[in-house]
Amino acid sequence: MDCDQCRERPAEIHLTQIVDDQVRTLHLCARCAAERGVESVAQVTSTPLGGFLASMGKGLAAGLPTTEPGGCPQCGASLRDFREVGRLGCPACYRTFEAPLRELLRRLHGSSRHLGEQYVATGASASETRRLQAELREQLRLAIETQNFELAAELRDRLKVYE
Amino acid sequence: MIDLSLLPDGGMPWLDASGPYSHLVLSTRIRLARNLEGRTFGTRNSDVEREEILAEVSQAARETVLLRRAVSFRLDRLDPADRQLLHERHLVSRELAGLDGDGRVRAASGLLVQDRVGVMLNEEDHLRLQGLYSGFALEAAYGEVDRLDTELGQRLAFAFHPEFGYLTSCPTNVGTGLRASVLIHLPGLVLTKEISKVLQGLTQVGLTFRGLYGEGSEVVGNFFQLSNQTTLGKSERDLLDHLNKMVRQVIEYEEQARQVLMRDAPTIIQDKVWRAYGLLRYARTLSFDEAMNLLSGVRLGVALGLIPSVGMYTLNKLLIHTQPAHLAAAGGSGLEDPDLPVRRADLVRKLLEDEASRRH
Repeated sequence: MDCDQCRERPAEIHLTQIVDDQVRTLHLCARCAAERGVESVAQVTSTPLGGFLASMGKGLAAGLPTTEPGGCPQCGASLRDFREVGRLGCPACYRTFEAPLRELLRRLHGSSRHLGEQYVATGASASETRRLQAELREQLRLAIETQNFELAAELRDRLKVYE
Repeated sequence: MIDLSLLPDGGMPWLDASGPYSHLVLSTRIRLARNLEGRTFGTRNSDVEREEILAEVSQAARETVLLRRAVSFRLDRLDPADRQLLHERHLVSRELAGLDGDGRVRAASGLLVQDRVGVMLNEEDHLRLQGLYSGFALEAAYGEVDRLDTELGQRLAFAFHPEFGYLTSCPTNVGTGLRASVLIHLPGLVLTKEISKVLQGLTQVGLTFRGLYGEGSEVVGNFFQLSNQTTLGKSERDLLDHLNKMVRQVIEYEEQARQVLMRDAPTIIQDKVWRAYGLLRYARTLSFDEAMNLLSGVRLGVALGLIPSVGMYTLNKLLIHTQPAHLAAAGGSGLEDPDLPVRRADLVRKLLEDEASRRH
């Protein structure tokens, strides 16, 4: 499927929006999605982090039940700590709180996908990547089995990032 | 007292006004935020861990080409005046220098600097790679810092996430970790009152502006730091291209504003810049803010070719050496010395006089 916007690159992100009670699904490539974000760039840049963190309390709580209630296994920081200081505790926090952070990054930057230079992972992070990939593949298998295709599509997108 | 003479040009080769568009752009800065995998971020880590990070990164830096001859400082072992001196040279942030809040410096806060590049250690992120270039030189500055990033990245394990990119303590820096900023002098837009429109336009296209000393600082002397706001979702190249394009546009607007001023109000502008020069040449006391504003007027006069007797290099030197910690260091006094305004005026008179006699 081609991107709805540029019609050149393959669509990788599928965005469902409700506009005037109409459900609309946009299929975008990574670049166009980054350009559009979930909101316009103007809205994104006018949102200071502090205010945003305060306002995202509800969204985070709603997204949380699937996550462990505790903090980051590596440094012990919790989402509450993050909301208070606006800083993560350690690199592992990004994996522990991946889903709410993905949402936050999309709002802050208009995209959650790094398109810059790739860092050649050293030994430790390479094995971490393999572990994450295996985990995602398992979730994808379960999503297909339970016919949760929306989730499956998202998991497939996320797996692509590692390839 | 630290000996900054160890650093060529005192760590400020960018002052020489040799770069492109030096009549408008003072400097170009590139910063890359990097963290070590498996280590707690700066806001949460212990003193022991900070010492380990300092040692690990310093060791890696010694093995690189770009930092193997680096001069290193431990800010936690410097007195407040020396820390402020490094900050006034744009080598360390207010945060690392412990100039914010209670004025305390955190353990193992470090700086490595060699020529135009350096690394701040144990700031909010474990490493803040930086490069500072004269004039409008995004390409050159990024190229050098990128090489340093490669050299250090081969010797250290940076925290990197396949989807989010380089991981940083604050999510606003994640992805590329890149902040590119251009320090530009915009008196024309300020005088024609077009500046707020231009700045508003910049925020709408994803750029941000700050004062002379970076984050949280006020605008003084009509200097504005323009930089990218977002760090994720675009490649380094795209972020730099965008900033480059927008700064060129701002330069064009500033040039137009100056033309309008010279066309519609030549006498007022000439009077303004020569009054600024006259005051700097003969005043016996100068506050920092007053000196900055007058230097801005003279800088405009020099750029417009109205004041032939001063060079940009001298103006740049004055910008740095009239700051409180620099005056205090030169006179062997403290930051609270009530005579600083007198010594500031003395220094300005002397440098401008020397320059005038050299050019006659």
